[in-house]
Order: sequence, then C-alpha cells, then structure tokens
Amino acid sequence: MSNQQGNRFFFNVDWITILLYVALCTIGVVNIYASIYNGSTASEFNFSTSYGKQLIYVITGLILGFSILLLDAKFFSIFSPIVYGITMLLLVLVLVVGRKVGGNQAWIPLGSFRLQPSELAKFGTALLLARYIGTFSPKLRDVKSIFFAAVIIIIPLFLIMLQPDMGSGLVFLSFMFPLYREGLSGYFLLIFLGMIVLFIADFLVPIEILLPIVLAIGGLFIYQNRRKQKIMFSSIIVTVVAVLYLFTVKLAYEKLLEPHQKTRIEIMLGLKTDPKGAGYNVIQSKIAIGSGQLTGRGFLEGTQTKYGYVPEQSTDFIFSTIGEEWGFAGCFTVIALYIFMLLRVINLAERQRSTFSRVYGYCVASIIFFHVFINIGMTIGIIPVIGIPLPFISYGGSSLWSFTVLLFIFLKLDSNRMGFI
Amino acid sequence: MDNLFNRKYIIQGLFIVIALILLGTLFYIQVASDKYFLSAESNVLRKLYTFPARGVILDRNEKVLVQNEPVYDLMVIPNQVKEFDTLALCHIVGIDMKRFKKSLNKATVQSRYQPNIFEKQLSIQVYAALSEQLSRFPGFFVQSRTVRYYPDSAAGHFFGYVKEVSPKDIEESDGYYRPGDYIGKAGVEKQYNDVLRGEKGIINMLYDVHNVPKGSYAEGKFDTLAKSGEKVVSSLDFRIQKLGEELMKNKVGSIVAIEPATGEILAFVSSPGYDPNLMVGRQQGNNYMDLINQEKNPNRVFTVRPIQGYYSPGSSFKPLDALLGLQEGVIDPNTTFNCPGYYMAGNHKVRCEHVDGNIALRKGLARSCNTYALYVFQKLMTQRKFANQRIAYDAWQQKVKKFGLGDKLGVDLPAERTGRLYGSDYYNKKYGKSWRYTTVISLGIGQGEMDATPLQMANIMAIIANRGYYVKPHLIKAIGENKVIKKEYARKNYVDVDARHFEPVIDGMQDAVSAPWGTARQSMIDNIVMCGKTGTVQNPRGKNHSVFIGFAPRDNPKIAIAVVVENAGYGSSYAAPIASYITEKYLKDSIAVNKRASVEWMKKQVILPVPPKPKVKLKPLLTDSAKKDSILKSTQKPKTLGTPTVPAKPIQTVKPVQIAKPIQTTK
Repeated sequence: MSNQQGNRFFFNVDWITILLYVALCTIGVVNIYASIYNGSTASEFNFSTSYGKQLIYVITGLILGFSILLLDAKFFSIFSPIVYGITMLLLVLVLVVGRKVGGNQAWIPLGSFRLQPSELAKFGTALLLARYIGTFSPKLRDVKSIFFAAVIIIIPLFLIMLQPDMGSGLVFLSFMFPLYREGLSGYFLLIFLGMIVLFIADFLVPIEILLPIVLAIGGLFIYQNRRKQKIMFSSIIVTVVAVLYLFTVKLAYEKLLEPHQKTRIEIMLGLKTDPKGAGYNVIQSKIAIGSGQLTGRGFLEGTQTKYGYVPEQSTDFIFSTIGEEWGFAGCFTVIALYIFMLLRVINLAERQRSTFSRVYGYCVASIIFFHVFINIGMTIGIIPVIGIPLPFISYGGSSLWSFTVLLFIFLKLDSNRMGFI
Repeated sequence: MDNLFNRKYIIQGLFIVIALILLGTLFYIQVASDKYFLSAESNVLRKLYTFPARGVILDRNEKVLVQNEPVYDLMVIPNQVKEFDTLALCHIVGIDMKRFKKSLNKATVQSRYQPNIFEKQLSIQVYAALSEQLSRFPGFFVQSRTVRYYPDSAAGHFFGYVKEVSPKDIEESDGYYRPGDYIGKAGVEKQYNDVLRGEKGIINMLYDVHNVPKGSYAEGKFDTLAKSGEKVVSSLDFRIQKLGEELMKNKVGSIVAIEPATGEILAFVSSPGYDPNLMVGRQQGNNYMDLINQEKNPNRVFTVRPIQGYYSPGSSFKPLDALLGLQEGVIDPNTTFNCPGYYMAGNHKVRCEHVDGNIALRKGLARSCNTYALYVFQKLMTQRKFANQRIAYDAWQQKVKKFGLGDKLGVDLPAERTGRLYGSDYYNKKYGKSWRYTTVISLGIGQGEMDATPLQMANIMAIIANRGYYVKPHLIKAIGENKVIKKEYARKNYVDVDARHFEPVIDGMQDAVSAPWGTARQSMIDNIVMCGKTGTVQNPRGKNHSVFIGFAPRDNPKIAIAVVVENAGYGSSYAAPIASYITEKYLKDSIAVNKRASVEWMKKQVILPVPPKPKVKLKPLLTDSAKKDSILKSTQKPKTLGTPTVPAKPIQTVKPVQIAKPIQTTK
C-alpha cells in the first residue's frame, strides 16, 4: 500500500472537513481579535496579543495536523494502549504536581507552556475505545463487554473529576454515542436521559409530589407487563433504582458539589437569580448575544464585548462576541458549520472498512458535539456554567491543538480507508 | 452493512435536534425579544448633562425680575486624584480639612470614576482664584451652572424658590431629574417649573465595565444641546409691589391688587415677606432654618397669606347681600328697613354701631349698616318659592360660591386654599333639621362660619368692578416668546347677577369712600372716584384685623384691591389708606405731594401682633390668630420644619360668633 500513498495522499484526504476546520479556526482568530479590541488599540498586528498567539496556534496546529497525515495509519491503532496509558499517567501526575488555576488542578507547567492532560485524555480514550471494539468486535450486549468499555471511559473520567474539573469530565459521557452505534442497547441512552430528567425534576418538584409520580409510572409498567416475567422484573428494578437515585442525587448534590457549582446549577434551573454574583457571566453573555439582534452590531462594534462586560470572553465565552457582532446570522452560520462538520465526520466514519476507524470517527464527532452543545448552551443560559472551550474557536493552544490532533488522526484514518489497519 | 447502520441516523438526527434547540433559543434572545438589546444599552450608555439657564421672569412693564448668575461647582473624579497640596485647595475654596475629607469620601463612595460634586456653588471670585491653580489639583475641575438672582430682593412669596431635587422629585420626574439637579419648590418657580427649567443638554458617552469613558456614542448623533428655559411675563407691577411691601413692613397681612378686566394680579404682597435671594446659594439651608425659626420669625414667613390666610370677610361681604337681594327681587334700591341700632334674630340681638332709622341700600352700604344687611339676608332666606329655609340656604350658598367664595380660584400658585363656606348638610349634621336662618344669621354680615382669602376678597371687587364677571386671577400673563396665555385665564366667569343691579351697589361703595357719612374716607384719592368698603374683623387674639376692599376708578375700573392688616384695628385706620396709596401709585404713577408724609409714616408703623400668653409651656408661639390645637401641634413637633412653606394647619381667624351671644359690630 505504501507505494500508493505519495500520489493519492492529497486525493484521499477529505478536504471538505479541512476546509470547515480552517473556516472555524479563522472565525476564532477574528473574534478573539474583536474581543481583545477595546476601541482604542491600534489594529497593528502583534504576536504578543491573544489573537496573535491564537494565529500562531492555528498555524502550528495546521503543521501538526499535516504531520499527522504523514504518519502511518497503523501507528494509531497499534500504539493506542500506550497513548492511553501515557495520558492516564499524566492525569495522575497532574494531581500531584499540577498547578491550581481557578479551583481546578488541571495544568502541568512545562516552561512557558502549560499542558492540560485532560485534553490529551480525550483522544487517548477515543483511540483505546476504538481499538477495543475494533479488535474484539463485541456486540456490547453482554455484561462483560459493556464492563470493559465502561472501564476505559470511567478511569479518565474519575481522574478528571478528582481535579476536580466537572466540565472536562462531562465530555467523557459523549462516548455513549459510539457505544450506541456499536450495539449498546438504546435503553442506556434512555436511562441516561431519564437520569437527567429526574435530576432536574428533583430540584424543581418537591419530593412528596415527585415520589408518587415515579412510583405510579413504575407501577403502571409493572402492571402492564405482569405476564412477561422478565420485563416485569426489570421494571421493578428500574423503579427501585429510580427512587434510590432521587434520594441520592439530593444527598450527593449537598455533599459532593462545590458551592460555586451548586449556585451555577440553581441559576440554570431558575431557582436563583444573582445578577452580580455567579449569574453575572451568564446574564452579561445573554445581554451581549441578545443585543446582536438579527444581523449583529458589526465587526468591532460590539459594545458589551468590547468594553469588558462579558468575562472570560476570548476563551469560554467567545460565542458572546460572535453573537453580539454578527447577530443571529453569525450564530446560525457558526452552528451550521459545526453541524455540517459533524454530519460529515459521521458520514466519513460510516464509509470506513475498519471498525477501529469507524468507532474513532464517532468518538471525534461526539466529543466535538458535546463541547459545542455545552459551550453554546452555557453562553445562552440553558446549561449551567461549565468551563469548557468552543472547539477551534476559543482562545487557547492546548484546546486547539488537541481538537486538531483529534480531528486529523481521523482524517488520516479516513484517507487510508482502503488499507488495512 | 449491519442493521446497526440505521443508528447513524438517530445520532445525526439528535445532533440536528440539539442544534435546532440552540438556534431556537438564540432566535428568541436575539430577534424575538428586545429585552437583552435594551439591557445592553443601559450597560454601556451613560448620559452626561449640560445645564440650561432657567427662564427669565419679567414684570408687566418688561422689567427683569430674575436673572441668572453663573456659579461654579468644584467637581472631582476620585480615581484621578493624585497627591497634591490639600491645604492650598482648602484655603482657596474656604473649607477646612475635615470638610475636605468628608467631601472627598462622599465622592469616592458615589463613584470613583465619574465626576462628583465636591463643593457646590463657588462664587466667581473663588472660581477666579481657583482656576489659576487648578492644574495643581489633578482630578479636580470646575463645572459651571447658573443660580437665580432677584435684583429687587422683593416678592419672595411670588417667586418661591429653587432648590436641589429631593429623592421624591427624582422618582416622580420620570427620569428627567438626577441627584444634584435643581427644581422650583415654591411660588412661580414651582408652578411654572416645567416652562422655566429648560432642557438639559445630553452627551451620550460609552463606558466600559470599569466605568472608564470610551468616547461618544454614534458620533454624537443623539446628543442634544442645553436649551434655556422660556421667558415668562408676570402680571405684577413691580412699582406697586415694592411700595406695597414697604407699606406692609413690620405688619402682618396681605395686599392683593387685580386688574379687573383681565384678572391679572398687579400686586401680591404677603407680610412678613422675605428676600428671595436668601433662598439661593450655599447658605440656603441655614437661611431657611432661620426663616422658619419660631423665635426669630414668629409670624410664619413662608405662609402665603394672600392665598392661604383665612379671614372673615366681615363688612366687605355686605355688597354681596345687596346684589343677591336685587337679583332675587326681594329688595329694590329704595327698599328701606328700620335700624334701631340692632337687629333681632329671633331673640338674639345683633348690634349695629349707629341708629339710622329707615335706611335704604345706598346709605346702608356707605354706613355699613348691619341691620340693613341682615334684613336682606332674612328676606333671601324666607322667600316663598323655597319649601324650607334649608333649601333657601343652599340656593343662597350656590350663588355666593359663584363669586369665588368657598373654593379655590385656581390662581397659578401652588397651595392655594379654599376658604370656608358650608352647605346645608353641614348645619343639618350640626343642628339636626331644626335650624333656621337665625341660626346662621351672622353669615349675612360676612361672619360666622365663613372665611375668605385676601385673593378671594380682591376677586369679589373685580366682579363688582366688571359689573358681573371675573377672569380667574393669575400672576403670569404670557409664557415664552409667543406670549402664550393659558385659556382658563382668558375666559370670563359670570356670576349670574344682572349688570344693572351693580350700579346701586357701586353707588353705596362710592359713598363709603367719598360721602361725609362714609366709613372709608381715608381712602379718598384726588380726581379719582374710588369705590370701597372697610371691614373690621374681630378675632380672639389681640386687636381687630383692619380690612379694606375696593376698586377704582368707578368707570372703566383699572384696579381692584384687597388689603388686610392683622390686628391693626379699624379698617379705616390702616387698610383703607394703604389701599389708596397703592391705587394712586398705580393709576397716577406717583402719590400726591401732600400725602407723601403719611406714606412715610405708614411705612414706619410697627403693628406686630402681641404674642399671646403661652398656655402651653413650649416656647415658640404663633402670634397669628391660630387655633390652640394648631399651636400645640406645631410646637410639639418643631422639627417638621424642614419641609413645606405651607403650614400644616391653616391659620384661622377664630371668630367670636356664637349664636348664643350677641354678634359684635363690624364696620
């Protein structure tokens, strides 16, 4: 196969995805420039500013991406356990030597650069998960295979939660999608959904009302399936677990979450309004986005973002700049670009001959999707404030490079789809 | 492909659904709702204001009554203050270190980044000294605005005053006023505040989250320039206004003069008065406290007596009896009544000062005969056409109200009071159904449960002068460059008495001034036919109030006047001559040489009410003829003084009229 590579390399790579990638990165640099702009700085280019740095990150990211395309595709499959192992070691290491930034012990300082192992853990986990399913082809119907898949996901999740970085941890739930694609029962997704619904209901509805409702629904299922013993038993188990869950959530919420996380959840659920405190970010972000109206205020004309009303503006809240200066039209474009990219990646994944590549492709799409959904949802106040970046757009080398690596590994696998891995 | 392939669509579908949820939410906050857009505006936009000069006030001869003088507020932006010679600044501004620290702290608390007033209303001299050295004091700058200056130092009650806005003013102004702004708080300055204040200039500035200015909004497209307040022309004639104030010096009371044909008020004197300049500038607060201090100023300086003082009309009501009698046909000019020196109301005797025998209208008025007036009143109350006397009374009360008694006249000043005139239901409540005209007989001679303000009294004279109508009295005759006048001040209000009935009454009033038997001969003016009526109003605190009402000349009258001098005795001794001086000055522009000595004498007279013996132990006392309980109230809470110029309780002349006792003479 290697003799074909030279000529076919550029032919085989999916240029549409790369184009989308470049488009999103460009949007990032432009809007970081806009959010740093305060109305007086001259527009001269300067590498010491955030947008200057981000441009360097993008260029180096592209170099990094294309060097990945030059690697042998087999490399990723073969070395996936080692990559996974190294990232897990780094996750342990960060707990020991990591620097605390904003309450999270997530960074390992390396000279002037700060390494964030949780970013690396995403594609480390994706690779091993793809390798496990690709090699053993489990149908994910039996307890054993589900258990192994779950262990691969839960180890990094657990380590990240220790930092504690709830945002990055949450992203690991996105591996549900590739597992579902590979045969995991749809019930798991439903149960997952049910857990979220019950979680929210637990805060909004008093337990005296919620408990009878849950029992009634459970009872109905049990009664309807009284002749099918197996389903009836599982209904009973689900009901009991749901009730236990209800009580556990409240308890866990009180005991485990940090106070600032609690307030964020309460604000998102509308139980608390605190415009000057924890709700400040969200309110200011919504004001900025809302003030963009249909077509936006125009490039560098956004007053909210320009004059510093939105905190964390070039990183987690970069979407507020887009919303204010480009309006609904801009937001629509960005979301459309993402959706286009995600659907494209999934379509590419489905055309792979190897299960490894397909699973990995689903992992890539799911991780990006989770970031986009949580980040944008947070800036418009439908999801609690969870500090995770907007892929390719938010300021930051660590995050940009890890998404680049994540995506380009898949593009490499895809360009090699005719070969054997 | 295996059947799991279909799951691709489920996952892709899920992605799309979530994207649509995001877009839906975005559509709502960006396009459907403008709430966030408006919040964004209020986040970044601050308005800077430039202050307009208040409108000028002129008198009827276009004399400037109010000017604006520049003053300078020393402003500070606390975060720009650097180390400097604080003592030097204190020295120039004339404050001590304690005050300096206090002001700077206050400013810092208000806003570190925005201009705050550090010391307000510096004079031009201080400003000159300061501006030379201002560069030594970083963070400080001077902002100019104007304050009022009243060159004549007169007519304080007419002007009222301008003061810093209260939190309540700000709340009620719908966003126009901000702390530190000024607003008219009394008098014309209050009544015409909206006209006089002008429009503030607005500069829209953008500010960042740290409150640092970032330049003007939309290149100043929405900025406006300050617009000066409108000019208003007052109806006052300041020549007689000032004469009136001099004549009323060291006396308590009022003068109101009206031009009958137009309702324009020519003189509006309330004594004791105050220099309106005291209510301007940095000493405003202290001066105000002095003026309302009961020991320094026992006679309620801020009471606007012409529209707030209550006096029994007394004899000056008698022309109304005659007019209503003529209109109803219960008398004619020749109807005579016998005056044996008293009138019998049932078995109560009402005294008259003279024994005139058979007396008709003309002489009855000239002599101010109680008996005559009461017979007319009796006739009015016992007309056959009314089923009972209570109905007759109500009909009478409605007719009297037409003359502007018992209700606000609607003058263009705040806090006008109604006077007092009750309907039959009041007496029904008080006496049951058994009362008759004899119960309220004292109303027939303007006493009893009837009070009028001096403005109402002058207005009655205007009605008689006009032979049957009045225009609502007012102090401002034209607003702005276009000389607008409010419609209500141009309309004639008819009193439903035919013009022909006025002549006999006016004959009587002319005789009162010029016939040898008249009671108001002291108000005679050479070559001018003056018509008038004296009143000597009893009150329980000290001497009688001296009252005169009248108009001149008889034909084509130019001035109607009411003068009240509290506790000055007979109407003829003080009120009548004062009225004549004012009238003469107004009509002839100067007072005859032979009278000048008496004018000077009058100015020097000190007729201050004798403070009553304190019945309560508290010190400050009202020497007005105020009710006991109102003394109690105002002395128990002397610290409510901060607010209104209007007394919380009306000043009331308490009349000795009790049905059980004989009514005393009024003249």
